[in-house]
Amino acid sequence: MNLSRKWLNEFVNIDANDHDFAEAMTLSGSKVETTADLGAEISGVVVGRVVSMEKHPNSDHMWVCRVDVGRDEPVQIVTGAWNVHEGDLVPVALHRSTLPGGKKIEKGKLRGVLSNGMLCSLRELGLDERDFPYAVITAAALLNDYHPIDPEKPSIPADIKPGDKIYGPVVAARVLNAGGADENGLYPCGMDAGSGAQSILTPCQNIHEGDMVAYNTKTASVCTLSDLHAEQREFPHCIEDGIFILREEGIVPGDDIKPVINADDRVVEFEITPNRPDCLSVIGLAREAAATFDKPLTLHAPVVRGGGPGVLTDLLKVETRDPDLCPRYTARMVRNVKIAPSPKWMRERLRSMGVRPINNIVDITNYVMLEYGQPMHAFDYRYVKGGKIVVRRALEGEELTTLDGCVHTLTADHLVIADDTRAVGLAGIMGGLNSEIVADTTDVVFESANFDGTCIRRGALALGMRTEASAKFEKGLDIMNTLPAVDRACELVELLGAGEVLDGVIDIQNHIPEPWHMELEPEKINALLGTDVPEAEMVSILRKLDFQVDGRHVTVPSWRGDVRRMADLAEEVARFYGYNNIPVTLMRGQTTRGGYSKEQKLENRLGELARNCGYDEIITYSFISPTAYDKIGWSPDHPRRDSFKILNPLGEDTSVMRTTTLPSMLEILSRNYNFRNKNVKLYELGRIYLPGREDGLANEAKVLTLGAYGDDMDFYALKGAVEAVLKGIRARDVSFEAAKAEIWGDAVAPYHPGRVAAVMSGADCLGFVGQIHPNVARNYGVDCELYCAELSFDELALAQGPDPVYQPLPRYPSVTRDLALIAPHAVTVGQIEKCIKAAGGKYLRDVALFDIYEGPGVPEGKRSTAYSLEMRSDEGTLTDDHAEETVSNILAALKKELGAVLR
Amino acid sequence: MREQLAKIREEAAAKLAAVTSGAELEELRVRYLGKKGEITAILKQMGSLPAEERPKMGQLANEARADIEKKLAEAKRNVEAKALEMKLRAEAVDVTVPGKSVHIGHRHPMYIALDEMKEIFIGMGFTVVDGPEIELAELNFDRLNAGEGHPSRDWSDTFYFDRDERVMLRSQTSPMQVRAMDTLPLPIRMVAPGRVYRKDEVDATHSPMFHQIEGMVIDRGVTMADLKGTLNAVIKKMYGEDTRTRFRPHHFPFTEPSCEVDVQCHKCGGAGCPTCKGEGWIELLGAGMIHPRVLEMAGIDPEVWSGWAFGFGLERTAMRRFKIDDLRLIFENDVRFLEQF
Repeated sequence: MNLSRKWLNEFVNIDANDHDFAEAMTLSGSKVETTADLGAEISGVVVGRVVSMEKHPNSDHMWVCRVDVGRDEPVQIVTGAWNVHEGDLVPVALHRSTLPGGKKIEKGKLRGVLSNGMLCSLRELGLDERDFPYAVITAAALLNDYHPIDPEKPSIPADIKPGDKIYGPVVAARVLNAGGADENGLYPCGMDAGSGAQSILTPCQNIHEGDMVAYNTKTASVCTLSDLHAEQREFPHCIEDGIFILREEGIVPGDDIKPVINADDRVVEFEITPNRPDCLSVIGLAREAAATFDKPLTLHAPVVRGGGPGVLTDLLKVETRDPDLCPRYTARMVRNVKIAPSPKWMRERLRSMGVRPINNIVDITNYVMLEYGQPMHAFDYRYVKGGKIVVRRALEGEELTTLDGCVHTLTADHLVIADDTRAVGLAGIMGGLNSEIVADTTDVVFESANFDGTCIRRGALALGMRTEASAKFEKGLDIMNTLPAVDRACELVELLGAGEVLDGVIDIQNHIPEPWHMELEPEKINALLGTDVPEAEMVSILRKLDFQVDGRHVTVPSWRGDVRRMADLAEEVARFYGYNNIPVTLMRGQTTRGGYSKEQKLENRLGELARNCGYDEIITYSFISPTAYDKIGWSPDHPRRDSFKILNPLGEDTSVMRTTTLPSMLEILSRNYNFRNKNVKLYELGRIYLPGREDGLANEAKVLTLGAYGDDMDFYALKGAVEAVLKGIRARDVSFEAAKAEIWGDAVAPYHPGRVAAVMSGADCLGFVGQIHPNVARNYGVDCELYCAELSFDELALAQGPDPVYQPLPRYPSVTRDLALIAPHAVTVGQIEKCIKAAGGKYLRDVALFDIYEGPGVPEGKRSTAYSLEMRSDEGTLTDDHAEETVSNILAALKKELGAVLR
Repeated sequence: MREQLAKIREEAAAKLAAVTSGAELEELRVRYLGKKGEITAILKQMGSLPAEERPKMGQLANEARADIEKKLAEAKRNVEAKALEMKLRAEAVDVTVPGKSVHIGHRHPMYIALDEMKEIFIGMGFTVVDGPEIELAELNFDRLNAGEGHPSRDWSDTFYFDRDERVMLRSQTSPMQVRAMDTLPLPIRMVAPGRVYRKDEVDATHSPMFHQIEGMVIDRGVTMADLKGTLNAVIKKMYGEDTRTRFRPHHFPFTEPSCEVDVQCHKCGGAGCPTCKGEGWIELLGAGMIHPRVLEMAGIDPEVWSGWAFGFGLERTAMRRFKIDDLRLIFENDVRFLEQF
């Protein structure tokens, strides 16, 4: 919401500077985002009067002007514009001035002639014709500026003389003299059209003594480009742009231009919270400002003289077919309307609030919307067929073209304003093109209604056209505001002399809520805030906000639908008592013991272990592309593809909730690979989202994912990290099994079939560790070996061992024996170890693999493995006999079960 | 004989003083103290002495022996010390050669900031709780006083699912307030960090997924002054004791009164600069007294219990903490970024 400080000051006189105003308003709850100085970019621009003009000696289109800028001597300024005349008041950008867009003006020579500044056009001041309708430039097509398209065949001979016929009634005429504009903006001009001197008035501004013009003897007017049906390039200087000729009253040379063009206003942009639609208006903000600065608020009740011809109820009927969606509909009528630009003050107000002026009637509706916060609409009465307005739901498929020219196909969810036969507007959103106010509109219906916020919001959203009106309605407006607003509009019509207002109002009140009454409970308010605010101060604050307080009885104003109970009043008190004046205390009461749950401790521990193994933590999006399941090689019918699918995703890439963390990890590995980062090790403890719960929610299981690539990576490097993590949580009975696709299916499809293990704790699978399948790596644009592990957090929690219990340290020395074995290639290290442990009896304490060898010296199809066995007795120093017996038992078992023999 | 002994003693002392190597030392030991050494030779001559002279001479000889042994030990220590010194000199390393790499992984900066915050709250008696990201719209909205028709429920702001219209991706951690009210015994002090989702395109300050931390206290007689005191204490712990805060009115459907808390801009100290958009203050978090309607919906009597709650964005906190200027870095996970923390 924008607020003009000048407009604000109509209701409450506040002279605080920008900073103090913004801070005070922010601290009382109306957050100021920015303050714009409308004239911030303009400096050194003054009003000047053109004293004299001479043709530039070295140019056929420039003028050398002497301009009175309120100094002792006029300044010399060169201009290329043709619409300036001696005596004109113009904006002058002096030497070292600045203009909107960061443009700097310095003195300098133009074709050898000194120019001490620049005469400004509307656009150069950041304005357009809507700000100053009188500044529209009409340009005559000057015959001395004629450049034929085909030089061989000019339409107008170069030696044309006054009185020569151009076509029909149009003849050539020479300008004898030309002066500045009269009070109507017309330029007196003496000319010779072949029959001697005559005087005319023309709106064309670019005519000067000596020019040759085309003169229409029938209409007594000077021809423009379009009158001659000529092209721009034929008359290159006939352009409707030029210097802004000022026609403001009471200005004199030397005046600062800023007040003249309303660039001396400041516009404050507020962030208004959705509970305060009343602050989406100048009056609403004025009330807040008055309370904030403790200044009186001067409101004014609109007064309408009325008396226009006819009886309102004969001319107009209103019917609301869905009373729920239209709690109130208020309308008045204006006849004998004269559509014209609105006055400067109104245009300035609109403009400063970011609204483009259009014409008096439309401007009035916008003005009232800004001032009162009540959206208004004006219909052209002649297009309200049958003199009847019907507020109804749209018919399925009904079409309506809105004011912006867009055609909409509507449904029964939309509310329309219709006449007897068709829709003429989208209720609360935008009017229809078919009932637009146009130049010859004579009778106008003002609508000031209250519509259901949700209906308007949904309608606007469905059509993708959130307008200023709909944005207001959707928050729920003050139902009592429709009548004052429509009266204000009618008052403005009378003030502007824009038409005759009919007596009476049509006011359909389907649902007017009772005023809200409540009790002021100062003790409870202080107890909630932790303050000691006296009751009298509370009452004073509430009264400033137009709450009626009678003893402890409070009547809430109709526009404060957000205030319903004690806590709401407490906020009002707190806002103006000052949030920063509320004391700062520490909580008393029963102290609670905070801390982490067992599960959270395990999460922390797992992360710590992964980092200790050298893995960096990553955070990835929970949503992925459904094609990720293809990229990791899952079969089309893998049940895990069943994901929570987002109905309204930002894009395909983030459209399903992942049921595996692998694609996220692969994506990040790939990204780092593309960044040419070497030796990357990453982990994430993230969630997957599995459907299937009764309550509609997901089973949000956590997964510890490790991913790595680099010189130092191979299967065993990652396995080592996984083992370290498992050891760190004292996981029970851990083993690794080659994970075959026949058993594990799609779970291992992303992995290299020969380099993937199922991580087991007893009979439970914790997850997988392995090399990513080269095809999958390639799908992620990586051509090196990627390694990943996925471990289920829930399974890890189950596998986590109990807290350690101290085991006595060995009292007797241990005996070590090394065994080098030769076994068939198919026999795994895991099998050998298992066999050794099983056969090792009570003395075997540890088995450690220290070498694997294949090659010369080892028969084809076999593999050599070397183990170090540690044996010990708790009863005494182990004897050689016992050690030998243990080893021979082991060797016997190895031979029998696995065909493994000593090398 | 007496002279002989004196001479040996003198000579041995001189030689031992000059000794430089272990071999030389051994040679001298053998020469003087060995079985065929000079002292032994003297002792062998003892038999030729008169009986009364023997003990005296024996004593002298033993003294000489002891003296030489002592000097020998001394010389040995010297030689060893010298040898060690040379060895150490030879073993000197270039200490500027880098150490053998031990790579420890890095905690993600956002979690570093979160951990710090959790520790602060745990120290104040808060429990850390966790909840679902795919959440019931009822908890995300209705139970938080944002009923049907509240704009934040719009499809343009919030992600919904095709399979069940009751569920959505939570747009805030605030439904954890409701879950805590429904499950924890009173009084409650809890914080709930986690992922939240909003329909924002990715840019330097927006992401469709980000993290918030929610906090809530419910007890008898909890006041807005308590809210201020606690949050001030937390913010000072996070950003330094001299951090200045300001509380300003705001609106959330589930708190009343509501506020936003700003910290004074760390760059300009409040004077106004581009970082704080000229305001001198930077918005940090939203908070407020729990709306009585929200308590009532959870079956908690607002006449007896009151409470306050807050929520803030963790990315922004981490970004401020580490002066990270682009949110995208948080989710890009470039190791060159990650390993800075």
